[in-house]
Amino acid sequence: MVTEEDKIFAKNFCIDDLPDVPAGLPPHLKLKQNRVVSKKDASVVDTGDAIYSGSYVSSGVDNTMKLGNFYEDFKVDVISCTETDMEFDMIGIDAAFANAFRRILIAEVPSMAIEKVLIAYNTSLIVDEVLAHRIGLIPIAADPRLFEYLTETDQPNEKNTIVFKLHVKCPKGQSRLHVLTNELQWLPNGSEFLKESGDSTSTSKPKTYTSFSCSQDSLPEFADNPITPSHLDILISKLSPGQVLKLKLEAHAVKGIGKTHAKWSPVGTAWYRMLPEVVLLGEVEDEKAERLVKTCPMNVFDIEDMGNGRKRATVAQPRNCTLCKECIRDHDLVDLVDLRSVKDHFIFKVESTGSLPPDVLFTEAVKILEDKCERVIADLS
Amino acid sequence: MEHGSFTNDSHASFTLAEEDHTLANAVRFMLNQDPRVTLAGYSIPHPSLECVNVRVQTTGDPAREVLKDACQELMLMNRHVRSVFDKAVAEFKVKQARLATEEEKKTKAEEAELKKQRDLLASMDIESD
Repeated sequence: MVTEEDKIFAKNFCIDDLPDVPAGLPPHLKLKQNRVVSKKDASVVDTGDAIYSGSYVSSGVDNTMKLGNFYEDFKVDVISCTETDMEFDMIGIDAAFANAFRRILIAEVPSMAIEKVLIAYNTSLIVDEVLAHRIGLIPIAADPRLFEYLTETDQPNEKNTIVFKLHVKCPKGQSRLHVLTNELQWLPNGSEFLKESGDSTSTSKPKTYTSFSCSQDSLPEFADNPITPSHLDILISKLSPGQVLKLKLEAHAVKGIGKTHAKWSPVGTAWYRMLPEVVLLGEVEDEKAERLVKTCPMNVFDIEDMGNGRKRATVAQPRNCTLCKECIRDHDLVDLVDLRSVKDHFIFKVESTGSLPPDVLFTEAVKILEDKCERVIADLS
Repeated sequence: MEHGSFTNDSHASFTLAEEDHTLANAVRFMLNQDPRVTLAGYSIPHPSLECVNVRVQTTGDPAREVLKDACQELMLMNRHVRSVFDKAVAEFKVKQARLATEEEKKTKAEEAELKKQRDLLASMDIESD
């Protein structure tokens, strides 16, 4: 016998309304979506991401990253920023982006570096080629955006070359001389070395190794800030007295990128890590709590006094965690502490070598990635 | 360069010259976020070759257009990253400057206070030992 009540029930019945029908992703997949879990036995499980938009279609979950969400949720927190170092948090972005920025910073943001060394006189202990290599690695504080690339057909001129000279002598009777980068002298007028030419009768201006049309210090960008190496205390060579060692050379710096040679890399390092997350899965109390606090070398945990002489461990500084897993070595703590990394929160660090401040370097890196996209679009159209 | 077929343009491979993981991985990520894409991946055919091959298979739309859209979206996201970053840095610098001036004010005030006390002591003409 079907009552009226049953009919109404049947009419409004929907299986999804039942409380025990699981909706959405199961918890283990949900955790996997934005966390990496580090386990005790050194295995990091499930680092991979289901990036395919239809991965969870069968669970009724859309895996596409909604662009609107990105534009609303993406966040940058600057932790510290000086002339040379910078630390910031990038929140709400994928590792593909963070890694692209890192790779571009290291290998594709241009800077100036010494490419050609003309050695006229070198009686120091360091042989010519080693000396030239050492000089090549000196970072130069010059904004690369003000210069052009020197192509094979170009003559070195004031727009693409910076010339330094190094004339040092250590006479007899003096103590040992340390040749530092502060001895590198900027030549805004270009090379002073004369090119040997066949006919000595020509009356025209003697040719040098560069053809500057004007002096670089007459240009507004360099008028009141002369170009120098970024650090003036880098040791180039040591000259001993008695041996009367001399150095007379010229160094020509040109623009380039780190992909060609690491000396053009504008950063010492650029790196990121995911934000660590330390979760206590249960109460860690008294002796255990003290042991946990003591065992962590990075002081991640702290003790909270619960009154009547009882203590409880808390996670005070999760950002300090290096995921060393020291805290989950003890068998009774392994099930109480979970070490995770947040997949879309990156702690990004940039160390500039001095050509540009790190925040400008990062902006340049993003611009370069934009240019790459633009180039692909142009190629496809 | 596109390698595809004349009859079915929903499946194609593209060779991007002078590119590497930097762009290809980001593009692959963007492609995979697009619901029109059934498969997207990339490979570098040989380490000494400066190119990547990007494979795009779609549910029917032309692969070329989908790849173009992915690049377009990637570019827009980069632009957003840049604007957010610049804003965060500017805010941080303003904050730093304010902190620095506050610090300066504080030290100045402390010095003035110290001087006042010293003057006071001197005016009281206390003999020191």
